[in-house]
Amino acid sequence: MVVASSHAVTRENVDADTLRTLYRHMLRSRVLDERMWVLNRQGRAPFWISGIGHEAIQVAVGMNMEPGRDWLAPYYRDLALTLVLGMTPRDHILSVLAKADDPNSGGRQMPAHYGSRAHNIISTGSPVTTQLLHAAGIALAMKMRGEDSVCVTSIGEGSTSGGDFHEALNFAATHKLAVVFVVENNGYAISVPVEKQMATPNVADRALAYGIPGVSVDGNDVIACYRTARDAVQRARSGLGPTLLEAKLHRLTSHSSDDDQRRYRSADDLAAERAHDCLPHFRSMLEDLGILAPGDAERLRLELVAEVDEATAFAEQAADPLAESALLHVYAEDD
Amino acid sequence: MALTVTMPQLGESVTEGTIARWLKQPGEMVAKYESIAEVVTDKVNAEIPAPAEGSMGEHIAAEGAVVAVGEPICTIETVEQGQTGSAWHQADGEAAAGNGAAAEEPAEQVQPVAPEAAAVQPAAVQAAAAPPAAAEQAPPPVAAAVGAPPATEPGGGGADYHLTPAVRMLVREHEVDLAQVEGTGLGGRISKKDLLDYVQRRDSAGHAPGPAPAAPAPPAPTETPVPAVAVAAEPGARPAPQAAPGEGDTLTPLTPARRAIAEHMVRSRRTAPHAWLMMEVDMSGVARLRGARRAAFEERYGAKLTYLPLVARAVCDALRQFPTLNASWSDDGLIVHRDLNLGIAVALEENLIVPVVRNADRLSVAGLAVAMQDLGDRARSNKLKLDEIQGGTFTLNNTGALGTVLTQAIINQPQAAILAMDAVIKRAVVVDDAIAIRPIMNLGLSFDHRINDGLQATRFLRKVKDLLETIDDTGSLM
Amino acid sequence: MPTKSYLEAIREGMRDEMRRDERVMILGEDVGAKGGVFGTTEGLQAEFGEWRVMDSPLAESCIVGVCIGAALYGMRPIAEIQFQDFILPAVDQIVSEAAKMRYRSNNDWGVPMVLRAPFGGGVHGALYHSQSLEAMFCGVPGLKVVVPSTPYDAKGLLISAMRDPDPVLYFEHKRAYRSIKGEVPDEEYTVPLGSAAVVREGRDIAIFSFGMVVHMALEAAERIAADGFECEVVDLRSLRPLDRAAIVSSARKCGKVMVAQEANLAVSIASEVAAIVAEECFEYLDAPVMRIGGPEIPAMPFAHALEDFYLITPDKLEAALRTLAAY
Repeated sequence: MVVASSHAVTRENVDADTLRTLYRHMLRSRVLDERMWVLNRQGRAPFWISGIGHEAIQVAVGMNMEPGRDWLAPYYRDLALTLVLGMTPRDHILSVLAKADDPNSGGRQMPAHYGSRAHNIISTGSPVTTQLLHAAGIALAMKMRGEDSVCVTSIGEGSTSGGDFHEALNFAATHKLAVVFVVENNGYAISVPVEKQMATPNVADRALAYGIPGVSVDGNDVIACYRTARDAVQRARSGLGPTLLEAKLHRLTSHSSDDDQRRYRSADDLAAERAHDCLPHFRSMLEDLGILAPGDAERLRLELVAEVDEATAFAEQAADPLAESALLHVYAEDD
Repeated sequence: MALTVTMPQLGESVTEGTIARWLKQPGEMVAKYESIAEVVTDKVNAEIPAPAEGSMGEHIAAEGAVVAVGEPICTIETVEQGQTGSAWHQADGEAAAGNGAAAEEPAEQVQPVAPEAAAVQPAAVQAAAAPPAAAEQAPPPVAAAVGAPPATEPGGGGADYHLTPAVRMLVREHEVDLAQVEGTGLGGRISKKDLLDYVQRRDSAGHAPGPAPAAPAPPAPTETPVPAVAVAAEPGARPAPQAAPGEGDTLTPLTPARRAIAEHMVRSRRTAPHAWLMMEVDMSGVARLRGARRAAFEERYGAKLTYLPLVARAVCDALRQFPTLNASWSDDGLIVHRDLNLGIAVALEENLIVPVVRNADRLSVAGLAVAMQDLGDRARSNKLKLDEIQGGTFTLNNTGALGTVLTQAIINQPQAAILAMDAVIKRAVVVDDAIAIRPIMNLGLSFDHRINDGLQATRFLRKVKDLLETIDDTGSLM
Repeated sequence: MPTKSYLEAIREGMRDEMRRDERVMILGEDVGAKGGVFGTTEGLQAEFGEWRVMDSPLAESCIVGVCIGAALYGMRPIAEIQFQDFILPAVDQIVSEAAKMRYRSNNDWGVPMVLRAPFGGGVHGALYHSQSLEAMFCGVPGLKVVVPSTPYDAKGLLISAMRDPDPVLYFEHKRAYRSIKGEVPDEEYTVPLGSAAVVREGRDIAIFSFGMVVHMALEAAERIAADGFECEVVDLRSLRPLDRAAIVSSARKCGKVMVAQEANLAVSIASEVAAIVAEECFEYLDAPVMRIGGPEIPAMPFAHALEDFYLITPDKLEAALRTLAAY
C-alpha cells in the first residue's frame, strides 16, 4: 500500500487551470448538493443522499477520465463525479423531483440512483456493491474489443465487506482488467463506524490479497487525489490492470435525509468532522497560491447558485410521469 | 392473520359433529387452548379449544350446524407473525390425514389428489348407501380446502346430481334431459364424456335414447336388497349392487352413528378372521353369592350387584393369565397391551357404545360394579367423556341381559377378542349321572384367529369358566 | 434430417451463433479447457479462444455480474451456472440487477444476456445437483425463463434467447442431455420464446408439463389411450411468460386438466397454471385441476429408494391420470 499526499506547494505537479477547474467542479457540486437539502427540508424532495465532503476525490477522478470513452459504475454519493462527466443540475433536480424527464430513471428510482447512457454512466440500483462486478464485466468487454477505455467504479467502505467486492477485485485482477476501484472511505456506513466494519485500518491494504496495487490518499487533499487518480487511470489504460484507490474523507452530513447522525455521533465528533471540509481548505490554498483572486470564489458561487436556481425552476415546471407509464419497459418489446 | 379452525376428530370413528353452542363471539379475545365451542357428536360431547391466541373471527358454522371432521367451523384472527403458513399447515394436515387414509394411492406426488381421493373413498362407501348426497359432499381440491365447504348444488334442473361447469354448459348447449343420461363418473356422477357420448348417441339415433352403456347395476325395485357393503377399494370403482326402497317402503337417512357402526363392523369383519367358540358355565356358585350379598352390596356401594361385575372380574383374572387375548395385531408383531382396559358394550336405542373401564384388573368386584354402573348411566344420558370411549383392550358384551342364549359378537377393532355373556337360565343338566337343575350361562368368545389359535382362546375361556364355577361365595367383593 | 442429442443441439446452437455474432461469449466454471462438466461447451474454446469461452473463478455472483457488465457494454454473454442448484449466490445479480436494469433506467439500459444452467434429477445427484428451482425466477418481471424438452426446441429456443434483448434464463434438464435425441436441422432456425407446443392432441385430459416430465406424460398418455382416454399433452417450453392462450385453449377443449412437474409442488409453475385455468376456464371444467409435483421435501436424496420416492415417473402419472379420468 502506498500513501500518497501532496507536500507544500504542488503547483508544478498540477497546472493552474486544472486547479481552478477542480475547484469549480467541487463548488458546483457543493452548491447543487446544498440545494438538494433545502428542497428536502422544504418538503419538495422526499429524499436526498449527499456527497458533501466527498467532492475532492470525485472531481479528481472524474477529471482524469475521458468522457465518451471511459465508463462509470457509480454509487449514490457520486454527485460531483457525474457532474464532471457531463450531467447537469437540471438533470439532477429533475431526478430528485421524480419528473418524467429524469435521465436516471424517469422518476422510477429514488434520487441519487445515477445512470445515463449518454454519459456512459451505467444504471445503479439500491443493493450496494453489485456495480463492482458490472465494472469488471465492462472492462472485460473493453479488453475483448481491444479498446483502451477504462471503467471507474466507486463504493463506500461499507461495501468492501460484501462478497461482490471480493469477487470483482479477484476477477479484474486475474484478467488484468482496466478498472479503477475507488473507495470513498468516510468512516461510517450509515451509523456503523469503520472499526465495526473491518479489522484492517486501511481498505487499500486489501489490495495485496488480489495482487494489485492499493493506494490510500487523504480525501481532503485535492492535489494528492488528482495525482493518485491520474496514476490509477493511466495504469488501467495501459493494460496493467486494476488499482484499489482508497480516499479517506469525511461525511459532513447524515447518511441521508432519513438519518440523523446526531443520534449516534457526539457533538464534539461532528464539530471535528466539519473542520475537515475539503472545499474551504482548497479555496484557501488556491487563494494563498494566487490561483484564485480575492472575490473569485464568491463570484463563482453566485454564478453557480444562479445555475442551480434556473435548474430548480426548470425542473419544477417539468411534467410528472404518467401513471400508465408504470407498465412500460419491463422488456424491450414494451416500447 | 386469519387462522381457520376445523372440526377436530373427536373419537376414532367420529365423522362429524354438531356445533351446540359458540362460547366465543366474533371479536372476542381468545387465549390459546381456551374453549371456543361446544360440540356434540354421536359418541361424546366435547369442547373445542382454540389452536392459537387471538380474537374470534367469523363463525363459519352456525349453532346447530352439522360439520364434517376437517371442515372449517370458524376463523381466529391471530396476533403472531408469519401465520400465513398456518392455512397451508391445516391443508397439509388434512392432506397428510388424507394421505394416511389413501394408503393405496401410489405416491405422495399425488398429494393434492389424495385428500380428495381419500375423502372419496369413504364417500364411495357411503355412496353405496346414498350416491347423490355423498358425491355432493366430495371436498374441493387441497388448494381450496381451507376455504368454505363446497356450496350446495344450485338448481341443477331439480336433479341431485353433482354437475360440473363443463357438464352444465353442455346440457344447455345440447338441450339434454339429464334423467336420460347415465353417469359413469365417481359416485355415479355424469361426466362430460358421459354427456358427450349420450348426445352423440341421441343425435345419431334420431333423438331416441340409446341403449344404456355398460354401467353398474342401476337401482331396480324388484332386486333383493343387498346389504350396502361397497367394495370400493380404489377411487373410481363402480358402487356395488345395493338395495333400493320399493313402493311403500320408507327411507330413513343414515345417522352418523349408524354410518360409524356400519363402517366399523365391515372393517372388523374384513380385517380380522373371526373364529368363535362357546362354553357353558354353571353359575350356581355365583348365583348363591349374588343372592346372599345383593342387598347389602347395593346399600353399601350404591350399585347393583348384577352378574356383570362378577363375570368381569373373572375375565380380568383370566386375561392376566392369557395376555394374548388382551392384544392387537400389527404387521410388525403382536402388541400385547400392558393395561387392561375393559370395554362394556352398552346398547342404546339408536347407537352402540362401548365405554371403557380403564385398568379394570385393578378393581375389585365392587369397584367394577360401581364403575360399570356409572359408565352405563352416563352412556345412556350421553354424558361420556372422550377418553371413556377410547383405549379399550378387551370387550365384554352382556347380551344376556336382554335374553339371548347364544351370541356371536363382532370384535371391537383393534382388539383380539370379544366375549358375549348370555342369559343365565335354569337348565336341566347332568351332574354325577343324575339330572339336576342349574343356572347355566353361555359364554361366546369371538376371537381374531390371526392373534390366537383355538388353543389359547379355549384355555382363556376355560379359565373364565373355572373362575366363575369355583367362586368363593364367602369371599370379599372388595 | 440429422438426429442429435439434446446436449449436441445446445452446443450447436451456441457454436453457430458465436460464428455469426462475435458479440456472443460464454463465461462459466470449467466451460473452457474442460468443455463443461457435461461436455456442453466441448470444442468451443478451441474454436473461439480463451476470451470468448472463458473459465471463470468459482464465484456465481461474479459470473452473472460480469456478464451483466459485458452486456451493458454491448456484448451478448452467456453465463453458465454449473448446476442450477448453485444459482443462489447469483440471485441478487439476477433479480436486483439484470431483471430490473431496463425498467429502472427507463429503457436507457438493457441486459441482453442468457443464463444457462442444468437442472433436474434422476442422476443420483442428491440434494444439491438435482433441484428444480425455476419457479423462484418465474415471478420476477424483467426475466424470461425457458425450458426445452426436445433437441429441436433446445437449439431453437437457445438461438432466440441469445438474440433477445432481455435476460433469459435457459434451464436444461440434465437427464435429457444424452438420453433425449431427435431431429435437429443443421441450419439456423428459431423457436419463439413465450410459446408452448401441443405435442400430442387429445380431448379428454389436458396435461401441461415441461422438461423431462413431458416425455413421461406422453408415455402415460399412450397407456391410458388404450382405455379410451385421449390426453392432450402440452409442452409449456416457456415458463415466463407462460403461453396463456395455449393453456386456456387446451384446458377448455378437454375440461380435465393435469399439471405435472418434477419441482416441489407448492408455489410452483403448476400452481400458476392451475390459477390460470381456474380464472379463465372455470365454465369448461369437468373436474378440479390436478397438480402433480415433487413431495414436500427439500430435494431428492441420494439413495435409490429415496430418489425414486421423489421422482415423477410414467407409472405415477398414469395412476394419477386414471384417477382424473374416472372423476
